[in-house]
Amino acid sequence: MKRYIDFYLTAMKFAVLEQVQYRAQNYFYMVGMIVEPTIYLVVWTTIARQQGGSVGGYTTGGLAAYYIVWTLVRQMNVVLTPYDWENRIQHGRLSMELMRPMHPIHWDVAYFAGWKFVMVFLWIPIAVVLSLIFKPTLNPTGWQVGGFFIAIWGAYLVRTMMYEMLGLITLWTTRVSAIFELFFALELILSGRFVPMTLMPAWVQHIAYYLPFQWTFFFPINSLVGSPAPIDLLTGLGMQLMWILIGVAVVKVVWHFGIHRFSSVGN
Amino acid sequence: MDGFMRIVRLAWSYLRIGIANEVQYRVNFFIQILQSFIALATGLIGLWVVFSQTTRLGGWSQPELLAVMGIYMLMGGVIQSAIQPNMQRLMNEIQDGTLDFTLTKPVDGQILVSIREFRFWQLTDVLVGLVVIIIAVFQMQVRLGIGQALVFVTTLLLGGIMIYCFWLILTTTAFWLIRIWELVNLFQGLYAAGRWPVTIYPDWLRIGLTFLVPVAFAVTVPAEVLTNRLTPLTLLGAFGLATLLMVLARFIWRLGVHSYSGASA
Repeated sequence: MKRYIDFYLTAMKFAVLEQVQYRAQNYFYMVGMIVEPTIYLVVWTTIARQQGGSVGGYTTGGLAAYYIVWTLVRQMNVVLTPYDWENRIQHGRLSMELMRPMHPIHWDVAYFAGWKFVMVFLWIPIAVVLSLIFKPTLNPTGWQVGGFFIAIWGAYLVRTMMYEMLGLITLWTTRVSAIFELFFALELILSGRFVPMTLMPAWVQHIAYYLPFQWTFFFPINSLVGSPAPIDLLTGLGMQLMWILIGVAVVKVVWHFGIHRFSSVGN
Repeated sequence: MDGFMRIVRLAWSYLRIGIANEVQYRVNFFIQILQSFIALATGLIGLWVVFSQTTRLGGWSQPELLAVMGIYMLMGGVIQSAIQPNMQRLMNEIQDGTLDFTLTKPVDGQILVSIREFRFWQLTDVLVGLVVIIIAVFQMQVRLGIGQALVFVTTLLLGGIMIYCFWLILTTTAFWLIRIWELVNLFQGLYAAGRWPVTIYPDWLRIGLTFLVPVAFAVTVPAEVLTNRLTPLTLLGAFGLATLLMVLARFIWRLGVHSYSGASA
């Protein structure tokens, strides 16, 4: 156990030191990322205004809060993309990582977790500017703030496991982009990324409840900007935990069968 | 004139090589088609969700927004097949220092780095976009004359040129910043704003998307032609900005090459 803690702390520190050097690049990345929710916010605010100030129970201030918190959740949801796995396998870099006395996934989890501290730090001024422009209404209770804090890390782990799982498909075939894109599209629609889930038709919400996607976007965002009861927060965190465990189990099984197929392309 | 013909021949050779390379992998064509349809479906679902809550968005009706989406896909296909692959290659070469081999060739460097890559199968997006535009035009029940069609194609071309210049300027910053793969993400994020007409955005964003990042000219302006919204002033502005951006891109490229020191070679 101690060696894992040591490893995680070191990898996280390493990530912070490395990423702090690339501040301009981190900002490029972030600005690109912030345009997306701004677009959604504008679209939905336009609709809310046309209908006298609110849409599906969200006022313009509420929508602003939703999408500004979205930007923080999005930072937390940055994980190793499946395309990086494709790269790792196509170029044979995985061989090197297999030599380590530890599953390569630990490095991914630790590195991206460390990077979060740089991202969130750099995100603060952006959030201030966005708040000045869009004037969000946000009055969370202490419960909600606490729940949110746990939920964003839960979201990080749920999404990490989903994307690792997806990335491992590359062990069987390197033509994976269509699968990835389909997955991204599903995520966009069913996670609350494009629109708060409550604005979706009831049957879509029903389906989404039983899929992992909304626990990575809608649930953490709503736990801060909505008005969930403590029991809803606990249920949501429980769902996150369930999906993390499912993810770990699936990754384990897939890894077990997949790694034998890896034949170290490249060097 | 001789020099020009030489460049055309060179571009044609690269195009042929690019296509020959891609048609070896025929399965990729079907994968690409699949991806185009996924993108189309996502876009349509987005429109459907929006129009389940309202009938017009900032004065644009549903078929009009469908036209915007078609143009967005078409232009996206052009970017993905001809512009972005070149820029990504340039980015990597600057970082690795292998750009030396390109700069020492007896052709203008900027032209060479802009024509080397071509992703043939990505044109499926262009095809799907075109079909969407045609359907949208039928739904809008407008009659398009030859003149209007010509203006439409012109605005598309100008938009493409502006996007190319913008991408080149972004990529050229690699000469100073070295590691810039994040730019791909930045560009895609900004381009995604073109999915909706820029007129719905607040002033600061609309101005940014018009003059800083020419998404407005690449997608919204061609859509304005189809929906009879275009003013002569906008068309003039498109010509002006395209010229300006070409000059600016050229200037920054030269500045960049000057400060390039071949990181590793």
